[in-house]
Amino acid sequence: MSPKTLYDKIWDAHVAHESDDGTCLLYIDRHLVHEVTSPQAFEGLRMTGRKVRAPEKTIAVPDHNVPTTLERLEGIISNEEGRIQVEALDKNAKDFGIHYYPMNDLRQGIVHIVGPEQGWTLPGMTVVCGDSHTATHGAFGALAHGIGTSEVEHVLATQTLIQKKSKNMKVEITGKLRPGVTAKDITLAVIGATGTAGGTGYVIEYCGEAIRDLSMEGRMTVCNMAIEGGARAGLIAPDEKTYTYVKGRPHAPKGADWDKALEWWKTLYTDEGAQWDKAITLKGEDIQPVVTWGTSPEDVLPITATVPAPESFTGGKVEAVKRALDYMGLTPGQKLTDIQIDTVFIGSCTNGRIEDLRAAAAIVKGKKIKDGMRAMVVPGSGLVRKQAEEEGIAQIFTDAGFEWRLAGCSMCLAMNPDQLAPGERCASTSNRNFEGRQGYKGRTHLVSPAMAAAAAITGHLTDVREMM
Amino acid sequence: MDKFTQISGIAAPMPLVNIDTDMIIPKQFLKTIKRSGLGKNLFDEMRFDRDGKENPDFVLNKPQYRQAQILVAGDNFGCGSSREHAPWALLDFGIRAVISTSYADIFYNNCFKNGILPIVLPPEAVAVLMKDAEKGANARIEVDLENQTVTASDGEAFHFEIDAFKKHCLLNGLDDIGLTMEKAASIDTFEASAAAARPWV
Ligand code: SF4
Repeated sequence: MSPKTLYDKIWDAHVAHESDDGTCLLYIDRHLVHEVTSPQAFEGLRMTGRKVRAPEKTIAVPDHNVPTTLERLEGIISNEEGRIQVEALDKNAKDFGIHYYPMNDLRQGIVHIVGPEQGWTLPGMTVVCGDSHTATHGAFGALAHGIGTSEVEHVLATQTLIQKKSKNMKVEITGKLRPGVTAKDITLAVIGATGTAGGTGYVIEYCGEAIRDLSMEGRMTVCNMAIEGGARAGLIAPDEKTYTYVKGRPHAPKGADWDKALEWWKTLYTDEGAQWDKAITLKGEDIQPVVTWGTSPEDVLPITATVPAPESFTGGKVEAVKRALDYMGLTPGQKLTDIQIDTVFIGSCTNGRIEDLRAAAAIVKGKKIKDGMRAMVVPGSGLVRKQAEEEGIAQIFTDAGFEWRLAGCSMCLAMNPDQLAPGERCASTSNRNFEGRQGYKGRTHLVSPAMAAAAAITGHLTDVREMM
Repeated sequence: MDKFTQISGIAAPMPLVNIDTDMIIPKQFLKTIKRSGLGKNLFDEMRFDRDGKENPDFVLNKPQYRQAQILVAGDNFGCGSSREHAPWALLDFGIRAVISTSYADIFYNNCFKNGILPIVLPPEAVAVLMKDAEKGANARIEVDLENQTVTASDGEAFHFEIDAFKKHCLLNGLDDIGLTMEKAASIDTFEASAAAARPWV
């Protein structure tokens, strides 16, 4: 048998039907659903009299526009349209009999944090969700990607997705990371190297010593942003860390099933000699704490750098950079560390897990945020929030002047009231710095949790290594 | 879904690279539970100022492009989120085809589910069509899916590639779910054997 990549193996195990032209029906093991991209899909089922084919494999949780302020505990969603969407999900989950974590359930949170936390996401699975950051689940060696609403309806009705196979891309990070460098810096550095379209048409497998050394939380951060590099999905082969993370979670296999699962999971790696259609290698030692300066995740530089000039780019990017600098209110040559910040957001499916909060808290501990700074921590799930409270991390943040919120997407996409005002500038641990992403005319700099914490204290983008 | 066979229409030039889904339809319009009515908010933050007044410089606000049916766009169009609201908004505005060198994967797929044809052409061809589009109402661009060609106003034609299955569905306005359900027996068989091999799933 010819050697296979990890992607090949998972793909082959899920093809339910293949047409002569290579179009496949890929069987879906887990379908995650949230309130924003699903109402039209359920509506479609109702209109055609169709059912959810596998409700036991379908899991829903509202996250995108739930408020993260305490009023929510009284069931209040002051935004009328947001409330209608959440209520629609409540009703759809009930009517179609799918698993559901309602807004005020302790286990509620961002769908990509809840899935792994509850043990829904397991190695070797196919996982989809009507959300591009579904790539997150690839950290478990699951083939996971985002789909549109028509595809959500297709999966609900048929438990399959019409797909053609992507190409294989290897991203290897060799060696060790230096102090102050995190998973977020790896994933941004990769996008900086490949561009936001560098992964288009590919499924990326991240490998190498620096990836192996990451915790499961860090691996999720890396895979989360595979989509920002244009890839359909990101994957990391499962190993002991994966099994340890999964074991004992509510929906993880138990007893004889566990043994059987483990036996299969241990075959999930890329064979020696497998073919890559594209490969890049970065040295872990070369990666520095990075920050984005523009309005695309590929606009990324080490924190020690200066704002680039449009003329240093080529093609359509010259115009795009001019526009980005104008939007961001930056001038070429300006030191990145001189950029003043007025808002800090720590959270999102990229960096809203316990390890992220610990890393930020380690920097914040015993200090106060800069006068006039608005800083908030939005844990990725109710369980992360609880754990952080038990570990005393919540106290560190509130003592420093951070707001301590309930779980949700919050200012990652600012659908709920957590938004930037025009011209406000945010150091954010989220994944997109697009124009208007965090609020109309708001300016976003993507950073790691530790870098966000450092900026909250100094009031400007800061090299976290100076505070360690 | 509407069929797509052939259109001849005005093309609006948007040379910017990396036009993302947040630009195409900002998140405040994702709160709808419907698919229709999003066209008025297409490119909202570029098209209007805060008070809802039109920005006269934005291409789709110029008189000659208000009826545009085609967009000619910079590289990597539609990057970002999976929101199908992006193609819904384009369609609702009246855009039936996009021409670029590349698209983000999810956006590309979403177009086909909504009767929009995303055409991939090499940079030189996109440059020619971009110039053509800049002529406004004086230039009509023709898109022919059956023959897989885009023809500029001066008659220069470009051939484009497209997946045969996607083409078939678009030409005939076919419903994916209906097609897949015809293969229900294969899914049943797969499900049974997968359940035996991986009972924990
Ligand atoms: S946290 Fe942000 S990126 Fe993640 S699912 Fe929510 S909105 Fe999307």
